[in-house]
This record gives sequence, C-alpha cells and structure tokens, in this order.
Amino acid sequence: MASQAGTNYLNAKKGIGSWLYTVDHKRIGVMYLVAVLTFFLLAGVFALMVRMELLTAAKDIVDADTYNKLFTLHGAIMVFLVIIPSIPASLGNFLLPLMLGAKDVAFPKLNLWSFYIYCFGAAFLIYSIVSGSFDTGWTFYTPYSTTTSTSVISATAGAFILGFSSILTGMNFITTIHKMRAPGQTWTKLPLFVWAQYATSVIQVLATPVLAITLCLLMIERVLGIGIFDPAMGGDPVLFQHFFWFYSHPAVYIMILPGFGIISEIITINSRKHIFGYKAVALSSVAIAIIGFLVWGHHMFTSGQSEFINVVFSFLTYAVGLPTAIKVFSWVATMYGGSIRLTAPMWYALSFLFLFTIGGLTGMFLGALSVDVHLHDTYFVVAHFHYVMMGGTIIAFIGGLHHWWPKITGKLYSEFWAKVGCFFTFVGFNITFLSQFVLGSKGMPRRYYTYLPEYRDLHVVSTVGSWVLALGLFITLFCFLHSLFKGKTSPKNPWGGLSLEWETETPPIEHNFEGQPIVTSGPYDFPEIDHAHARGH
Amino acid sequence: MLFDFVKIGAQGDGGTLFLPKQASTLAANQDALFYFIYYLCLFFFVLIVGLMIVFVVKGRHKGDGSPVKTSAVKGNHTLEVVWSVIPGILMVVIFGWGFKDWVKTVVTPANAIDVRVTGLKWAWSFDYVASGVNSNRLVVPQGQPVRLTMSSKDVIHSFYVPAFRVKRDVLPGRYTVMWFEATELGEFSVLCTEYCGTSHSGMLSTVKVVPQEEYEQWLADGGDLGGAGVPPAELGAKLYEAKGCNACHSLDGSAKIGPSFKGLYERNGEFVDGKSYVADDTYIRQSILEPQAHIVKGYQPVMPSYQGQLNDKQIAAIIDYIKTLK
Repeated sequence: MASQAGTNYLNAKKGIGSWLYTVDHKRIGVMYLVAVLTFFLLAGVFALMVRMELLTAAKDIVDADTYNKLFTLHGAIMVFLVIIPSIPASLGNFLLPLMLGAKDVAFPKLNLWSFYIYCFGAAFLIYSIVSGSFDTGWTFYTPYSTTTSTSVISATAGAFILGFSSILTGMNFITTIHKMRAPGQTWTKLPLFVWAQYATSVIQVLATPVLAITLCLLMIERVLGIGIFDPAMGGDPVLFQHFFWFYSHPAVYIMILPGFGIISEIITINSRKHIFGYKAVALSSVAIAIIGFLVWGHHMFTSGQSEFINVVFSFLTYAVGLPTAIKVFSWVATMYGGSIRLTAPMWYALSFLFLFTIGGLTGMFLGALSVDVHLHDTYFVVAHFHYVMMGGTIIAFIGGLHHWWPKITGKLYSEFWAKVGCFFTFVGFNITFLSQFVLGSKGMPRRYYTYLPEYRDLHVVSTVGSWVLALGLFITLFCFLHSLFKGKTSPKNPWGGLSLEWETETPPIEHNFEGQPIVTSGPYDFPEIDHAHARGH
Repeated sequence: MLFDFVKIGAQGDGGTLFLPKQASTLAANQDALFYFIYYLCLFFFVLIVGLMIVFVVKGRHKGDGSPVKTSAVKGNHTLEVVWSVIPGILMVVIFGWGFKDWVKTVVTPANAIDVRVTGLKWAWSFDYVASGVNSNRLVVPQGQPVRLTMSSKDVIHSFYVPAFRVKRDVLPGRYTVMWFEATELGEFSVLCTEYCGTSHSGMLSTVKVVPQEEYEQWLADGGDLGGAGVPPAELGAKLYEAKGCNACHSLDGSAKIGPSFKGLYERNGEFVDGKSYVADDTYIRQSILEPQAHIVKGYQPVMPSYQGQLNDKQIAAIIDYIKTLK
C-alpha cells in the first residue's frame, strides 16, 4: 500500500485551475477523453433518432429537414469531434510519453494549445447546431453546401479550426517519438501502439492542411461569391470532391491506425506472446499511411471523373488493402500457442477481429469498379464504413479504455459487467449493420428520409439492433462510472504488461518516472515464453 | 403521406438474397463478380474467425496455478510471404474482373436511343432526342440500348436504377453519359443517390420497359405528357405529379414547402415585401418561370425555375388544373 500513500498525477495538485492550466500530458489526455466521450454520447443520441425515424417509411418523430440535419450532425460530430481525436488525443496523449519512458511530450504547452483549439473548434460546431444547424452531410458536397440556407459557415469554420488541433498533436507526437525515447529503446523495441501513433501523426500533419484549404475555399465561395466549386459561378463541383477526399480518405487511416495499435497491445499481453511479425505489423502501418494518400478517387467512381483515373484508383485501393490483411493475419497468428486470458479488453480485441474483418472484406466489393457502380452511395457503403469505424476504431478505443482504465484512474472495474456491456454492444452492432449490407445491395440509397416498402423489414431489424447497441454502450458507461466511484484500487500492473507505462506507479506520478527508465528487452518478451522449448523446433 | 410509393414498390423483387432482380444486359456480369467476391470473403472470414476461435479455445488460460508456457514464435517468413502473395493475387483478379465489366458500362453501343435526362430538386425529366417527346418517366423498348445524357439544373444528383445495376452522378453545368439495355418487361425504380436536400428520398421515377411496338405507339402519342386529345385540366393534373409540383404544393389546403394549390386561383395575398397580389393566370405563369421574382409571405425562396422544363401548352394546362381546385 506504500504507493497508494504517495501522490499521483490526479491528486498532486488540486482545484479546477490545476486542470485548466495543466501542461501534464496525462491530465490533457483525460480532459480530451471526457470531451470525446461527451460528444460520442451526443452523436450517439443523434444516431438513435435517425434510426428511430427510419423505423417506418412515414414520419415517425421528425420532418425531412430535421432528419437531414440529424444524420449530418451524427456524421460531422463522430468524424471531427470523436473518432479523429478519440485514440490519439486521449489514450495517445496519456500513454505515448509513458511508453517512451519520457516525462512529457516534446512540446507540453503546445499540447495544451491543441486541446483549447479543439474546444474552440467544437464551440463553432455547437454554435452551428443551435443556430439552425446544417444539412449538408458531413461531406459538405458543393454546390449543395454553397446554396443551402442552413448554417454551413460556422460548421466548416469549426472543422477548419479542429484541423489545427489535429496538426499540432501530430507534430508533437512525431517529435516526441523521434527525440524522447528511453535509452535502449530502439525503433524495433517500440510498443506497436507507438508505431501506429507515429504513422497516424504523419498523416495528420500531411493531409489535414488540405482539408483546411478546401473548407477555406468553400467559405470564400459562400461569403464572397467567388466561383470555385459552384458551376453557376463558373466553378467545378467535382474539384471539391477531389480536394475533400484527398484529406478525408487518409483521414480514414487517421481514424483506424491507432485502433490497430491498441489491438496489437491487447492481443500480445493477453496471449503472453511476442507479436507475430513485429516488422510486418509496424511497417504495414507506414505502408498504409503512404498508399492511403493515393486512393481518394475510389469515393468518386460514379462522379463523372476520368475513366482512366477510375482504373488507377481501383488498383491502388487493392494495394492499400493488402497491408491491412497482413495485420489481421498477424494478430490471429499471435494467438497461436499462447496462453489466452479472456479479460474484458481481450473480449473487445476478439470483437474487433470479427467486426473489422467484415469491414475490411466488404471493402473488396467496393473497390471493384463494376460492382461499385451498383453499391455506391447505398446502405452497403454505410454498413461497410460503420464496420470499419465503429466495429474497428470505436471497439478498439473502448477496448483500450478498459485496458488502460486502471492505469488512468487507479481503479478496477467489474470484469463481469464490462463483458456484459461488450456482449450487448457486439450483438447490437451486428444486428444494426449486417442488415444494412443487404439493404444496400438490394439498392437502398443512403441519406433517405423515407423508403420503398420492399426495404421496410430490414429497416425495422436495423432500428431494433440500434437499441441493443445503445443498451450495451450504456452498460459500459455505467460500469466505468461505478468503477470511478466504487471501484477497487488497482494493483500496479494488473495485466502483467512489459511496456514502460506499467513500470511506473498506477496511477502514474506527476512526472511519470522517478528516474530515467532504461530499456533492455522488447515490449513483448513475456516471462511465460518458452525459449528453451523453441530451440527444439 | 408525402410520397406515393405504391406504384413504384409494386414491382416485386424476383432477385437473389443480396441483389435485386436482374433486368439489364449488364446485371448478370456484375452479379457474378459480386457473388465471386462474396464467397471469397466468406472463405477468408471463416478462416480468420475460425482460427481465432480455435487458438482461443485451445490456448485458454486455465488459471489453476500450473506454470504457463507459451510459444516463442516471433514470426515465420514463409508464412508471411504466403499470406501476402495469395490475397495479392486474388485482389488483382478481382480488380481485373471489375475493370473488364466496367469498361462495358462506359462504352455505349452505336445503335442506342438517345434520351436527355434533367435532374432538379426533386424530380427527373426525360427528353427523347429523336422525337422531341418529354416525359417524367422513362419508357424504353426491351432489347435495345438506351443512352442517357444527363445534366442537373441545381445541385448534384445521381441517377440509379438498381435493377439495371447502373448509376452515374448528374452534375450542374456539365454532362455525364451512361447507357443500359433492358432485358425484362416491367416497371423499375429510378432513385436519386446523391444527397440533394429536403425531398432527396422523394426524387423518384420509374423506367417502364415495353415491347418495341408499344414503345413506338407511346412516342407517337407524344408520351404521357404530350396532351394529344387530353383536356387541359387533366393534362395539368398529370403534370402536377410528373413535374414534381406535388413535392412542395398540396391539394388539400395544407402548407408544405410552398403554398397549397387548393383555392389558389384568383386568391388575394401578400408578398414578403408587403405588396399584395391576385393569383391570376399571369401570376401563376410568372411563378412557374421566375419563381424568385415574388415570394409569398411565410415561404422561403427555394423554388427552381421551370423555364425550359414546361412548354406553353403545359403551363396553360397547369393553370387550368389549378382553376379546378376550388
């Protein structure tokens, strides 16, 4: 109990000011976490309202214009305020310096700036919601977005500002990973979560400025009437789509790569094994980051862009699929010959493998030119990206939250209720979105307020699924809240992890480590590994 | 109800578990690739999740205190090459197959019937190039290719016929082209698949596939909206549905996006600028052709112009129809 008597980052300083002015990466990570989870709840409520409205083809709870705003807000909040910052800004901020044996990120004050810029951008989006909201879809396609009477300017300004938060966090992480690794921690001794954050940060820094420029041009067109994208003023609407996806496709990898990192950590620790193919898993993140910049046009196969370019984009889309497949195979192979501990985080990791595999494989349909013509902009696409973004990133995020919850809060949660929450989330998610694959391949277009009668049954199934999904997520929320107030004190290293964040106290002391940790072995060289027997192979 | 789905939904299905009925020459090839990918994915899904379950069940930690030993495997070069190369080859096959069939969808046969398609919030309009016939639904002969040259009056729309497996965006200020050849008689849904605002999901039409003789007769009659031998008010009623007036103007006096047509004729009212008006023939004509010229109090300036969408005879028919709505 000696460690409990000491101070940690949570109780070292008191008062609201000690949080608002903190430059401690751990406290900033926690503040991000609270913000991200709050917006997740908000966007989730919007999603439930969308599904509720779609229970029948007639008007159920809202009119068409409100419905259009609801799905727009769900998408915009989930992308810009939840998924993009979710893992990097919360868990990443908290864990990165700890995993590197560092006392903080390279630029602690800049880190706090990132958080306030995030809040500032979020305020614009919130202002946009209360000032009549916007109905463009999160994609802001022109000329709809330049002609609609809803409050597009404040929304795009919000996304524009949020981009800077993302860029600064990325710069901070890249510098930290390059310059602040502990003595002995070579690039091949880095936890894979760090590798994933590194690849993510590179995309954040390189791609986000393009979004900023695009949204700026959009605002210039709307405010000053200069024709850039609107053909009525001599602009080109397809140009907007190119600009937009040049950011937003790499952004898909900003969203999923950190999730990959979490899964690599959870599977190895709970299998007590070395990751299968460290270099392949680490470098495939980098490969995805690079090739991910060259596939944006696959969102535009039916847009009327050049036929030749469609062929190139289709081919490159399969090229980016391959490193992802290698990762999935490597995770499964990691479990071979392991001693599997079915902890709550491991339940999430296994759910991730199930759901993300579906999400990835259904991408095979959409990359094929002829098949995509039929499936483009239908519910098939909606189901596909929810399996990747929600079944992939969000499930990994919640799994990671369970995994590092004791480290962050110093408390244990109820394993039983955590698993119950995971179970309902998993089942509800599949009911909600498997049905949408069939809806889509049967021809149901997305962003529809009402629908033809042949699509009714599957819409009912999907809506019922959303209730089960919500139940699972609320159980998880209450499980965390219960832990926060009534949870047992966590031991220093509840999972037996070897990466540096488990070497310090739980929760960590204010300056992370008493002395400078030195790395002599890899993060996955678990004591259970049977080296003697291995030579016999 | 806002939109009348009954007549469109009545097409039935006749498709497979995942895909709707095949009704064009392009559909069979696309569906074959769809199911090829489907079974390939099913195989890999079962393989991945199956192995995952086996490894978990076999390696599950018992927690009985006995010393735990795990495998020291850190990787296997041969295995990693195998699971990179085999999926790689399969992906190239899928790419090549998708490319081959897609080329067919973009190369129009020479003997195609030319139809110009106009998308506007929130209706489709079709102009038959050879005969000058205008229609709100597409009537095409079975077994002959049809080329659609498409453009939008306002924002981006997308023309989609699930049964034909064809889709292409319809843009303002430029033209996109697509083609199909219908193989099955019957009526098939036309849907808009690019989000375009309030009535995006109501921007529907149908393709009616008929035998060659019936198609020729239909053209000779001037299509649905030709008005040959039809009283003007009756033609107006057809146009009210066909041109999408019904999306914004009710017949029962209730205010939708625009004022109701009921009791509209010769009504006195007030514009947003405070001026008063009488809804006579000239007023209605101007409202159709220059809807932004005057805005009735209580409504938004959102109506698109129907300049070039309706000829004089059709405008007169709509006025005559409104006269009947007392």
